[in-house]
Amino acid sequence: MADMRKDSAEDALFEARDVSCTVNGQIYRAKAEPRRLLSDFLREDLNLKGTHVGCEHGVCGACTILLNGRPARSCLTFAVQADGAEITTVEGLAQSPARLTRLQESFSEEHALQCGFCTPGMLVTATALLQDNPSPTADEVKHYLSGQLCRCTGYEQIVSAVLAAASGGQKGGE
Amino acid sequence: MDLYRVEDRRLLTGHGAFLDDLQPVPNIHHAAILRSPYPHARIRGIDASRALAMEGVVSVLTGADVASMSRPFPSALPRQAAYYSLAIDKARFVGEPVAVVVARNRYLAEDALSRIVVDYEPLPAVVDPEQAVINPDAPILHEDVGTNIALHRTLRYGDPEEAFRTADLVVKRRLRFPKYGSTPLETFGVLASWDAAEEVLTIWSNFHGPFSMHPVVAQALGIASNKLRFIVPGDIGGGFGIKTSIYPYMALIGLASRLAGVPVKWIEDRQENLSASSSGTDRVSEVELAAAKDGTILGIRMKIYDNVGGYFRPPEPGCTFRPLGNYVGGYSFRNLDVDAYIVFTNKSLTGPNRGYGCPHLYFGIERVVDEMAQQLGLDPAEVRRRNLIPKSAFPYRTPTGGLYDAGDYEACLDKLLDAADYAGLRRLQAEARAQGRLLGIGFAMGVDPSVSNMGYVDIAASAEERKHRHPKSGATQGTTIQVDDLGKVTVEISTTPQGQSHETMVRRHVAKEFQIPEHEVMVISGMDTATRGWTIPSGSYSSRFASIGISSAVVTARKVLEKLQRIAAHQIEANAEDLEYVDGSFRVKGAPERSVSFRHAAGIAHWDPASLPPGTDPGIYVTHYHTMPTALPPDDQDRVNSSNTYGFMVDMCVVEIDRETGEIQVQKYYGVHDSGVILDHKIAEGQIRGSFVHGLGGAMYEEMSYDADGAFLTGSFMDYLCPTFLEVPPLETHYVETPSPFTVLGSKGIGESATETVPACIANAVTDALRPLGIEVNELPVTPSKVWGWLQEAAVHDQS
Repeated sequence: MADMRKDSAEDALFEARDVSCTVNGQIYRAKAEPRRLLSDFLREDLNLKGTHVGCEHGVCGACTILLNGRPARSCLTFAVQADGAEITTVEGLAQSPARLTRLQESFSEEHALQCGFCTPGMLVTATALLQDNPSPTADEVKHYLSGQLCRCTGYEQIVSAVLAAASGGQKGGE
Repeated sequence: MDLYRVEDRRLLTGHGAFLDDLQPVPNIHHAAILRSPYPHARIRGIDASRALAMEGVVSVLTGADVASMSRPFPSALPRQAAYYSLAIDKARFVGEPVAVVVARNRYLAEDALSRIVVDYEPLPAVVDPEQAVINPDAPILHEDVGTNIALHRTLRYGDPEEAFRTADLVVKRRLRFPKYGSTPLETFGVLASWDAAEEVLTIWSNFHGPFSMHPVVAQALGIASNKLRFIVPGDIGGGFGIKTSIYPYMALIGLASRLAGVPVKWIEDRQENLSASSSGTDRVSEVELAAAKDGTILGIRMKIYDNVGGYFRPPEPGCTFRPLGNYVGGYSFRNLDVDAYIVFTNKSLTGPNRGYGCPHLYFGIERVVDEMAQQLGLDPAEVRRRNLIPKSAFPYRTPTGGLYDAGDYEACLDKLLDAADYAGLRRLQAEARAQGRLLGIGFAMGVDPSVSNMGYVDIAASAEERKHRHPKSGATQGTTIQVDDLGKVTVEISTTPQGQSHETMVRRHVAKEFQIPEHEVMVISGMDTATRGWTIPSGSYSSRFASIGISSAVVTARKVLEKLQRIAAHQIEANAEDLEYVDGSFRVKGAPERSVSFRHAAGIAHWDPASLPPGTDPGIYVTHYHTMPTALPPDDQDRVNSSNTYGFMVDMCVVEIDRETGEIQVQKYYGVHDSGVILDHKIAEGQIRGSFVHGLGGAMYEEMSYDADGAFLTGSFMDYLCPTFLEVPPLETHYVETPSPFTVLGSKGIGESATETVPACIANAVTDALRPLGIEVNELPVTPSKVWGWLQEAAVHDQS
């Protein structure tokens, strides 16, 4: 039986590389094959299960993380591309589950989540939106989040939650 | 701070426990599934040797293994058209599993797929359910059946011949309803672990019931049912009925684990999900309505071809029969004729999808009601009003056997017309038409069934055949409550929720019954069939929770209180019936100083059984199975109360069509719902909005498309278009709350309501917009390209 990987070019393709990155303020160092998706790296190698994978082709947005401060699809990013990067996942948004951000509180108040599977990507993307644009209009929220699919809520409550977090601030939270 | 739902904190912080997050056993290996690229092909041989030789690959499961290790899934069909968890000698749709590789990780498993050589003999395919039946040249999928008709039933209620004979007007339309699925964002996930020593198969999955699939899997695998353990995590990433149909994969991954000798996990990818998980059926139908000239509906005839794809997978033919009790919708006509074909074609398999059968049903009825109104020159709202079941008629027995619990349908219609300023809208429409604009107003209404009666599945057999079978009935849901020695409460629910807020609602209502703070109640969702109470109908489907789920929890809490009251009475030497329960204490009526607190009474049950009244068991651990007395088997006239509570909705929308591009703009959508007492308006509204967007998807965007040769065209979310933030029009909802007499809190299901009427409403509105051009929408989804094509044809026709 032929060894499938005898060719050295192919060997190089499969050879695990060192990846070191900062995720939610913690430094991680691990090995990853060049083809390993960042979403798998986060979920399986770093055990950060908060980032969800909904389509593996960059359409649904559930796997969105902040990569050096910008929203990125972790299912369309290789782990090796994150070498040296600063990453924020949904686990890193609140200081602790007991101290949520204003946006997270708004999501609950407005019933902007049902099953919660798309929620990590929604929260991460909306966090980036509010950093870029602290007082968006409803239309701006819809456009910014238009790459995030939710199949439970019908979306309207998510828009309300982002708007409430933007205008709020007075009701506790970060 | 307290969050709105008890589920929210974990879900907002990335600490939910979804199937793919679990690591309950060591040494988990991963499966990848090789699938048929052909819609129809004989499998002449499979050579997996090169895959097996790869580093990291443990095993490859093929049809020969599956045929020897398992039996076909039992179904409502006679023993024909065998359906296994994987293709044995023939593949019958694109995406049908052909082999399963188990490897150290998913990457290696997927690598190995490309090393498996399958010798296929491609065969001609058929995808249209009507063609599959009437075209003598159509290829036959199951040679042992000899026809593509999986099942044919004719059902007759009242006197349809008389209705059509005496009608002033008969309207008939051919309609096509598309194949779509609600595509939960979390795909199927299964982790199976075969314990060879004990011969126990444990399967973790995001299955959401009904647990009637447990015996189906046990029988297919030839495993004693008590050695087949289903475990479901507390968090499921959406279901909408689709995840009922995960069970063939539970069997398949179970077999893969057994063959591989290691625990095996499989997470469906989106391409697998779109091509081969589950969807609603596509339906080709002819619907015919008999009317008197005042618009009274005298009767309806339907000829239905429901496309279940390559195999007949239970709980099909639910698409056809699950709505049987509400086949007349909200109308009072009594004569109905149904000629239903359930058909095999080379498409993927079907099953429950939000609204299960009702979007199809109301698309048919509501389209012909509109055309009848049009031909009689009557207003479509007025025609509907004339035919409504009056409030005074409830509980109302439909001609098909449904028992509608309660409702005020006319109040809903009034509220709708008032809220939308219907008269004003018609004036606006007249102005728009005068300017040459294509503005339309559409209606649809329907009765929303909840809590399926297990008895309906027997309609697949004729009344004569049913005489020789054990009947099915019921809709049982169980709840277990334990109160510990310090008075803290744990509730185990068996509803396997997928986002419907069951933990929040059960916590709230159990705390209310016990008169204790909500935070002293913890609710455990998920399921473990080996250690927890479950029933055949357990689960979340057919909008069960607000009807029977919450009823079960509240009645269980009351049973706990009865026991505690007996303990308290014994403690203070009073009669139990002389006690009242106030502010969390049992006290003697008129002598409140003689009292025992909830916590104290519970403590006695745990710490001091000697002080219990004679005949009382120690501990507080109460399981109650709740069913509905209305869930009876079908009668000998094919009548069945297919559900147990029935909501109502009436919708209206305003659309405008761009003449140049065919673009459809839904300017405003209104929905009025009577789903009994609303337990929580925020949560109910969330259900309606979500189901509205699912209906909108089916009406305008989503279709699992095949070409005429059976090739699958919509294998990614780039091709299968789910509505995004930008496609959702403004929705205004209103409620009428007529309490259900059949549920403990007067509430009933609401989660599927809008999805059942939105497709019909959009079709009627677009038809109304295009009325000046004589164009009717009798097929969905109604896309801009279809509308543009119709506009071009109309223009050509106009010029000629």
